[in-house]
Amino acid sequence: MATQKQEKSVIWDWLTTVDHKKIAIMYLIAGTLFFVKAGVMALFMRIQLMYPEMNFLSGQTFNEFITMHGTIMLFLAATPLLFAFMNYVIPLQIGARDVAFPFVNALGFWIFFFGGLLLSLSWFFGGGPDAGWTAYVPLSSRDYGGLGIDFYVLGLQVSGIGTLISAINFLVTIVNMRAPGMTMMRLPLFVWTSFISSTLILFAFTPLAAGLALLMLDRLFEAQYFIPSMGGNVVLWQHIFWIFGHPEVYILVLPAFGIISEVIPAFSRKRLFGYTAMVFATMIIAFLGFMVWAHHMFTVGMGPVANSIFAVATMTIAVPTGIKIFNWLFTMWGGKITFNTAMLFASSFVPTFVLGGVTGVMLAMAPVDYLYHDTYFVVAHFHYIIVGGIVLSLFAGLFYWYPKMFGHMLNETLGKLFFWVFYIGFHLTFFVQHLLGLMGMPRRVYTYLGDQGLDAFNFISTIGTFFMSAGVILLVINVIYSAFKGERVTVADPWDARTLEWATPTPVPEYNFAQTPQVRSLDPLFYEKIHGDGTMKPAEPVTDIHMPNGSILPFIMSIGLFFAGFGLIMLNMDNPIINPWIVAIGGLALTFGCMFVRSIKEDHGYHIPAEQVKADLAELKKGGN
Amino acid sequence: MKLWKTASRFLPLSFLTLFLTGCLGEENLTALDPKGPQAQWIYDNMILSIIVMALVSIVVFAIFFIILAKYRRKPGDDEIPKQVHGNTALEITWTVIPIILLVILAVPTITGTFMFADKDPDPEVGDNTVYIKVTGHQFWWQFDYENEGFTAGQDVYIPVGEKVIFELHAQDVLHSFWVPALGGKIDTVPGITNHMWLEADEPGVFKGKCAELCGPSHALMDFKLIALERDEYDAWVEGMSAEVEEPTETLANQGRQVFEENSCIGCHAVGGTGTAAGPAFTNFGEREVIAGYLENNDENLEAWIRDPQSLKQGNVMPAYPDMSEEDMEALIAYLRSLKVME
Repeated sequence: MATQKQEKSVIWDWLTTVDHKKIAIMYLIAGTLFFVKAGVMALFMRIQLMYPEMNFLSGQTFNEFITMHGTIMLFLAATPLLFAFMNYVIPLQIGARDVAFPFVNALGFWIFFFGGLLLSLSWFFGGGPDAGWTAYVPLSSRDYGGLGIDFYVLGLQVSGIGTLISAINFLVTIVNMRAPGMTMMRLPLFVWTSFISSTLILFAFTPLAAGLALLMLDRLFEAQYFIPSMGGNVVLWQHIFWIFGHPEVYILVLPAFGIISEVIPAFSRKRLFGYTAMVFATMIIAFLGFMVWAHHMFTVGMGPVANSIFAVATMTIAVPTGIKIFNWLFTMWGGKITFNTAMLFASSFVPTFVLGGVTGVMLAMAPVDYLYHDTYFVVAHFHYIIVGGIVLSLFAGLFYWYPKMFGHMLNETLGKLFFWVFYIGFHLTFFVQHLLGLMGMPRRVYTYLGDQGLDAFNFISTIGTFFMSAGVILLVINVIYSAFKGERVTVADPWDARTLEWATPTPVPEYNFAQTPQVRSLDPLFYEKIHGDGTMKPAEPVTDIHMPNGSILPFIMSIGLFFAGFGLIMLNMDNPIINPWIVAIGGLALTFGCMFVRSIKEDHGYHIPAEQVKADLAELKKGGN
Repeated sequence: MKLWKTASRFLPLSFLTLFLTGCLGEENLTALDPKGPQAQWIYDNMILSIIVMALVSIVVFAIFFIILAKYRRKPGDDEIPKQVHGNTALEITWTVIPIILLVILAVPTITGTFMFADKDPDPEVGDNTVYIKVTGHQFWWQFDYENEGFTAGQDVYIPVGEKVIFELHAQDVLHSFWVPALGGKIDTVPGITNHMWLEADEPGVFKGKCAELCGPSHALMDFKLIALERDEYDAWVEGMSAEVEEPTETLANQGRQVFEENSCIGCHAVGGTGTAAGPAFTNFGEREVIAGYLENNDENLEAWIRDPQSLKQGNVMPAYPDMSEEDMEALIAYLRSLKVME
């Protein structure tokens, strides 16, 4: 067993890292790239819809864009960006040195990444998937859908495995790795919501994997699960998809709620109002989220009994969500609020999300949904939830945790400008879409005729998109500017915050905590500021710290899965250069070979000696941290 | 923050102004100007839910703006506010009130769901209730009047003031049948038969759309629902059911031969003759638009026949780029002559 980690080149270091902080940053970068890609597609689509009967994109290209925009935003942008924060923050907030399975954590990232890459490759093989992000059969079946759908099926299948194993890792970490005194009812709300979200992933991504497998069998091996003329059922796909798809919304929005529940107390200088109610409301939302999938299918012809049951069940979700909204408001009530960029995003989230929530209740009224369904009203509703909810909270989280992650602040002036441009653009884009839907505009249309009264609002909506794009450009400028000129952060706690991640020095050492902290309350750092000397009491003496070795195996295993998926897609290609089975089986062999190596190779990790840790601590004291 | 406050005060106001100035979209398309009992019911309940939800939003916004105004931290104020863990009475309040509001919305939800699922004949009309079989194709609509024994494509005719029952099928992929000004939509699903009913209060041409993504030309899968007074409707039915007469004009008669020689009749039925692989042409001369969206004039018709793909991507009609000018002229004259109403 080595006592000292060997020096490595930078690239090799990042490819082999199993450190949750570095993996978090890789998630952040990968998620941002996909976010920008899907955002540019959205911009192109809105330009196409700026005027009636525009010829900027063809119907086929437009359909490929809507499909990829939705798929990328949900699976490859929102999920990894939330995973970035979960990876960075969860171990710090619970006082752990890493996640429970660092190797699996790296594996999860690389599988997600190569799955996303596989999906993106579709552009180079005759066009992207074109059946919408829901890939409803028969449009996505062998008879009607092109090769792009095969990339959709296998790309998501691969990247879904990554998401699933990461979620399992978070579950085990939160259950097992908490510092002494950190009981479940002292967990910060971000950890709670991530925990429940990970449970949802566990139960929702498995039906997705099953559904994708069935669709793959239909498409590649001529099975007939979804072919009505052969006894299959096309509605079956919708049930399987939405049993995953509805919880997916909560998978994304619950950690977003968690971020809001961290930022609002920190900048209001108050503890979260109704902590227990918040925890149980989260659980109830998660449970109900599984029970209401069929509200996406009111117009499919399930009959009045099923429609009524799912309608009423859906409405009940408003109750726990309402509890959360009012608890956030009353956290701010009576506080001393600092409106910096993070707080601007977090506080503006509350009323914005309410607007998305109330249209959700309206949509739940099944017979009225016969009007809203598949129109721009729905498009407006879920963008209020996803952009007004998830994206705003991602930006809040970015500005909040940025100094801890990168050691410098983001520029506040640019940040506030970004907020206003983005926020105004967001409402401009999506508010009028409610009206467009009611005025008879179906969703997923690449054009509309000029004499239908839809011109003005479509124009306004597109202008809003320009504002949102300008906002994101301002963010990029901010990140680059701050990297060079931003205020350096060396103090542990630049925000005067409340939770444990702000007790670690900045930059965070690879072992996070030199000594595991003793947690005495909810908001442990705040408790020590009031009742102690402002620093966490150690729960153990300074000892050797055991750390895992990095490994290239996760990277290679993911490449193996990538080729396995690509080989299967080649089965549907007209002239594959080599036999698809060689690629598919070769890829799988690579993955299983790595698993075998991992199983037999003894790797005990290494120790950071106690003297080294003591030296680090002394250094920190000198720096006044 | 001042800017935001001012702007947000204008938001509800501007919303109201839009409604007052009648910015509701085009008549006979928009659902904000309902033209039938089903659309009216949907509209009324939408307004009910908007009122309830507006109340909730106003409460949230009011609390939010009080917070913005009152609880900012002044520079240099380092006082730590009182740490409250919660308030049981308040938390019960904002649990119970939403439940009451939801019950108010749940009652019409259930009654409405059952009302719209009713596929019994119209009690007013009894045996004469109109049943129409709708089939969605990529990217056009077929309407079979099975009791009357004829097929119509693209335009569907119904009598005013009667509940008309639609039986919904799909030929290839999912589609969704929607006439916004008259009511809700129901999907057409391959392998499954769905039902819905619609009723129009007044005569008119109502615009219909496909609401479910069905391929590259989904956006262009429009149709017209034409509501006629009962006697006019009966006349139309009679015209559609009658034997097709030979066109009297020679040019049109020539065109009929072009139509048959180029196997147009293989897909487009005229009267009872031909198949329904494409829209039936029995009353083609009376259509406002061709292909669901193009103005029905000679230029468009010619362009369509020569190259349908460029006008509606992904449709299955073969192109006739080399048809001679004479044949084209005759064919167009023939198509123009296909009328059932005088």
